[in-house]
Amino acid sequence: MRTTTRFAVAAIATTTVFALAGCADAQSAGSGESTATVVDGGQLAFAIANDPISLNPSGTGSGNDTLYVTRQLVDSLLYQNPESGRLEPWLASDWSSNDDATVFTFTLRDDVTFSDGTPLTAADVKGTFDDIIAAGAASQASALLIGYDETVAVDDHTVEVHFSVPNAAFPNSTATVALGIVGAATLETPYDQRADGKAVVGTGAFTLGEYTKDVETVLEARDDYAWAPEALGNDGAAHLDEVVFQVVPEASVRTGSLTSEQVDVIGGVQPNDVQTIDDAGFPLVYRGNPGATFGIYFNESRPAVSDLAVRQAIAAAIDPEVVRDTALNDLFAVATSSLAKTTPGFADEGDAFEYDPEAAADLLDEAGWTEGADGTRSKDGQPLSLKLAWITNFGPNQTSLELIQQQLKEVGITVELVGGSVPEFLKIQETGDFDLSWQNLSRADGDVLRTTYSTAASNRLHLDDPELEALLQEQATLADVDARDEVLAEAQARIAEQVHQVPVHELTSILGTLPTVHGVSLGADSRLDSLVGAWEEAE
Amino acid sequence: MVRYVLLRLLQAVGVLWAAYTVSFLVLYALPGDPVTLLAGADATDITPAQLDALRAELGLDRPLIVQYLDQLAAVLRGDLGTSIVTGRPVTEIIGEALPPTIAIAAFALVIAVVAGAGIAIAANYTRHRWLADVLLGLPPLGVAVPAFWFGLMLIQWFSFTVPIFPAVGDRGFISLVLPAITLALPTGATIAQLLSKSLSNTLREPYVDTAWAKGASRARVHLGHALKNAALPALTVTGLIVGQLLSGTVVTETVFSRPGIGRVTAGAVQQQDVPVVQGVVLVAAIAFVLANLAVDLVAPLLDPRIVTTGARSPRRGAAAAAARPAARPASARPAASASGARPAPVASATAVSAAATTQGEPA
Repeated sequence: MRTTTRFAVAAIATTTVFALAGCADAQSAGSGESTATVVDGGQLAFAIANDPISLNPSGTGSGNDTLYVTRQLVDSLLYQNPESGRLEPWLASDWSSNDDATVFTFTLRDDVTFSDGTPLTAADVKGTFDDIIAAGAASQASALLIGYDETVAVDDHTVEVHFSVPNAAFPNSTATVALGIVGAATLETPYDQRADGKAVVGTGAFTLGEYTKDVETVLEARDDYAWAPEALGNDGAAHLDEVVFQVVPEASVRTGSLTSEQVDVIGGVQPNDVQTIDDAGFPLVYRGNPGATFGIYFNESRPAVSDLAVRQAIAAAIDPEVVRDTALNDLFAVATSSLAKTTPGFADEGDAFEYDPEAAADLLDEAGWTEGADGTRSKDGQPLSLKLAWITNFGPNQTSLELIQQQLKEVGITVELVGGSVPEFLKIQETGDFDLSWQNLSRADGDVLRTTYSTAASNRLHLDDPELEALLQEQATLADVDARDEVLAEAQARIAEQVHQVPVHELTSILGTLPTVHGVSLGADSRLDSLVGAWEEAE
Repeated sequence: MVRYVLLRLLQAVGVLWAAYTVSFLVLYALPGDPVTLLAGADATDITPAQLDALRAELGLDRPLIVQYLDQLAAVLRGDLGTSIVTGRPVTEIIGEALPPTIAIAAFALVIAVVAGAGIAIAANYTRHRWLADVLLGLPPLGVAVPAFWFGLMLIQWFSFTVPIFPAVGDRGFISLVLPAITLALPTGATIAQLLSKSLSNTLREPYVDTAWAKGASRARVHLGHALKNAALPALTVTGLIVGQLLSGTVVTETVFSRPGIGRVTAGAVQQQDVPVVQGVVLVAAIAFVLANLAVDLVAPLLDPRIVTTGARSPRRGAAAAAARPAARPASARPAASASGARPAPVASATAVSAAATTQGEPA
């Protein structure tokens, strides 16, 4: 009975979010949407899949799980509101940009202190960014500072960040954990010696208590914290006393630990565990990942797929709904563009894609790909047999791709699936020995299109589309958000029209919580937000 | 005796060097390199120049042979280097991971010996044919069941369904029970299989008939006379058992969310953190070599027919000195290989690749 009520409440809350966001993006509004009174104190046990490896916020750890932890230690200049995708004040109370997106000015709050007691000043912002540039490839954040020139501390609380080339994505990038501001004590420690977190001094709502590799990271709340983003609904110190991130590698063990109430929250919920958690009456916190959607990408340096008709035929032959329904579940949205719905600047290109295998066959016939005796089409003696590279790090990938393989077989296209680990996939991309690839890339900014498709970036797809390239470069120069969104929309339309990608599904980040846990939510990047507003009902 | 020990030690050094070298080569044969992995799959905006700079900083731009010799020289000085990923000294990482691994491995060994020997003795002791059949069916089953599945089932039953043991976190001894049982399963099965076979062979020996003729009780014949001699073959596979326990920790520690050598190995292989993997390989090889050395030195004490002084090889020495054909240590071999036991370094490397694919998420 209780369960039914809770889900009804959750459903209403979710619907409200849809209405507010103006588009049907899949997200829950955060855990425990009840009106119970906030309880202060207590410890939250949070199970994550991987050891954080490095607690250095700008360092390279193990992806999401690392960022779940480091988000609690450092704050960002700006906060990207997950509901609107827009920026709001955090450490910076105000910010602006010049017209060509090369100089960004931030006014810092004057009441913020680091966990070692030193006040936050413009020098810390400069120190943090300069440090990332010096670290180079050792820092995941260096990719966010492309064209970085210098940071100028105008006065104690005003800072200007200069770029030699436009970087319109920078304001959104400042909201990420990777560009979180660290104190002088951190910067004094050599970059490669910060992994254990002892040297990490941030302004976050929590500080590091103890980190034990492969076991747990204990965080303690800061009593004097008072600068959380408004959207998190707590202008004081965190409600919780402690958060313990326990490393539980096995997904089924995380699920069982939650349903047997041995932990309070679990991360990395696998799609096939959603039903189990739901049936057991435990709330799910989920949000579609922003960024480039999962789908078929093309290596357009290969003759067969450099033919637009072949790409169009592949798009028409794939039924994303069936793929989503079979390999995943309702928490995952069918993709309707090269960008996911939660990405700022998303434009729906759903109309450009329609499942129509007959049309696919016609397109191939017209383009001269005729069906042979074995069912595989060929042209000038070359069979339409394509090599598809994919990464085995997401369980449902295999099912999705086997379905797509069947769907393409129906129209006479043979697909060979070449799955591998991340290094194996990178190797294939480097050598270019693939026709199709199955990939995605999460980032809460439309600039992800540039990193994915631009020939000036890593150029893994070898596109020859000057019109798209111009749009990708132009969006990076537009400081005005609306003008930039328009160009991003044009870029998405161009990608859809030229079928540089066939969108299939979006990725969704899913947490499971005890019904008594409240205020645990996912941020604009669909990773765990600051837990400053989280609390747990007393037993 | 002194010469024998010296020879064995020399042999051990050779084994360690070989393990170190082979693992170095295997790691470099893997696709990708640590720097690309460090930057991650999504590092589309990190320039090749930046990656090269990091490679140079880590010394990974030098010719392979120089890197190898440099590392080897450092190891000879007792310096295992620092982790590429975390910058921490490898000795520190391994030193931290060893105690929890030794704790479950030691506990698992006790369980394996007690349960394995118990099954073997009971199967030979019982006068009920059906009971012996059931007991003798257990070891092959124990070897066949994947540890991964068995561990998950134990958690399901005794933590999630009936909350006796914690599934996650370290709460002292109680947290050791399920992982130790999981780790003990293949080892216990190996011991049971070996010992029951050897016991039934021993019970057919003439001296056992003599014992019966003297009017010794069933218990005295089985436990007093036969068991001591039958135990020797089981002892000779100690090296294999150490290897089995070490490689088993990769899966066990992952399933039970425990820290230790297995988790360190899995993570380091995934990240191609060469110095850490090399360190683990060395530690595993040392454990393996020491176990074998200990067995070779202890065996003559149990069986005076085995002579080690001046012998080139203890096995050949045993065969030569044995009054009867088919010296028992040799007879133990086929049974051991049939049970799927493998030496430590190789087994752990294969187990790692299986564990590695289950981790990580798309970005």
